[in-house]
Amino acid sequence: MYAVRLWSVRHAKGLNRFYQAFEKVVVALHPLWNKIGYEKLEAPFQVLERATKGFLFDCQMCGQCALSSTGMSCPMNCPKTLRNGPCGGVRPNGNCEVKPEMKCVWVQGWAGAERMDGNLEKIKDVQIQVNNAIKGKSAWLRVVRMTKKVGEFAPKPPKAPPAKKPVAAAPAPAGEGKAA
Amino acid sequence: MSELHFDPAAPLPSLPGHSSGGRLERILRSGRFAVTAELNPPDSADPRDVYDRALVLSEVCDAINATDASGANCHMSSVGICSLLTRAGYSVIMQISCRDRNRIAIQGDVLGAAAMGVQNILCLTGDGVQAGDQPEAKPVFDFDSTSLLNCIRGMRDDGKFLSGRKITVPPRVFLGGAANPFVPPYEHRATHIGKKIAAGAQFIQTQYCYDVPMLRTFMDKVRAQGLHEKAFFLIGVGPLPSSKTARWMRSNVPGVHIPDAVIERMEKSKNEKAEGKQLAIDLIQEIKEIEGVHGLHVMAYRQEEFVNDIIHASGVMKNRQPKRAPRPAEPVSVLA
Ligand code: SF4
Repeated sequence: MYAVRLWSVRHAKGLNRFYQAFEKVVVALHPLWNKIGYEKLEAPFQVLERATKGFLFDCQMCGQCALSSTGMSCPMNCPKTLRNGPCGGVRPNGNCEVKPEMKCVWVQGWAGAERMDGNLEKIKDVQIQVNNAIKGKSAWLRVVRMTKKVGEFAPKPPKAPPAKKPVAAAPAPAGEGKAA
Repeated sequence: MSELHFDPAAPLPSLPGHSSGGRLERILRSGRFAVTAELNPPDSADPRDVYDRALVLSEVCDAINATDASGANCHMSSVGICSLLTRAGYSVIMQISCRDRNRIAIQGDVLGAAAMGVQNILCLTGDGVQAGDQPEAKPVFDFDSTSLLNCIRGMRDDGKFLSGRKITVPPRVFLGGAANPFVPPYEHRATHIGKKIAAGAQFIQTQYCYDVPMLRTFMDKVRAQGLHEKAFFLIGVGPLPSSKTARWMRSNVPGVHIPDAVIERMEKSKNEKAEGKQLAIDLIQEIKEIEGVHGLHVMAYRQEEFVNDIIHASGVMKNRQPKRAPRPAEPVSVLA
């Protein structure tokens, strides 16, 4: 809801604190999640996340939450889905170029960031393009997997050198391969 | 081996520390005041429309901006204009807007453009489709301008597509971003540009400046963060044809800020067109003195004939006379 979304930005500091504590708890529960299985948890987590973040931030379930770097103003509500800051079309009254009746998500974002930390450190993080393949997925579970380095974030085993193509430039003499 | 009469991709020998082989980067890095100008894209399939307009601009600018459906209005594409201009040896800045193409299309265009001899790319968000002549269109915005900069920088410096797949010959391009210091959130605009610079912007072109005090405030912040040492700032200027157009622009073109005093000055004059020209000259005189300003970006929509007068009258080019790259007499091999 628009009004709640604006409220959330006004209370970005408290919400961010709560969020960080909440994240710690969710991450600490990794053994439990692991036991149940991340696959099985996806659906209930999606429902939960959509309900709470949808209510507070008009969350669009991009699956890669950036709220802590956007002053608690969800960038997916920007009609251009900009994730790094405002476009050049913001209206003089701070409203959106595309939707004149809406406050610019990024004018809000910067205001929220000011409340969160005076140095504006987090909002300076460059966000890369959205991974459209994980839209609709739970961002919370993803954070746990990212922190715990499991699932898609598990370290990849070092690639065995391709057997077919021996390095033609400098073939190592037989028997000396392991000397170094 | 393929033979071309002209290898536009290598008009100048490469210099150490330069990311492109282009003239714009050379002028800026050598500390000279640069001028870029926007070409008004034709609504036709006639190459002469492009060449005629380029001829007028090329005498007074170091690079020509080829716009990418600016204002979300459909015109000849920036890739098409760049193809024509590089063929003739002009130095161009290809604009890429995130509005109309996704990541697959854009990365392909970057390679194609660099192969044609495009040495400069300006990454833009793009005006919303609601601003243009076809508001029914689907807005894409797969990238935003910052993530686009980051992507092209990766293509150039790491030689990789976003997927990590290798690019055998990376595009050697000088990368630019846009700034609009004249709209909210005013106090954070400089920090936002810092983000673009961190993502890969090497030069910045701004929206039209009609409010010098506001620009000064912005440049103070830019200098406080040391951004003027990390990127080159080219300030947008343009003649206003009349007070009526000025009023129309500020209420209909997204992001254009024109103070009341400017419109009053136009209204009071007997010849509004001449006054608009004089206003542009006066603005340039003030802008060029601001510390951290490295050049101008002239946008003279449908008034290209004035650009020459404005640039010469303001004296920013000193005695410089930009030229097209000469066509070599002998065919040049592309692979040489
Ligand atoms: S004005 Fe703000 S909310 Fe609207 S499109 Fe631009 S950045 Fe997004």
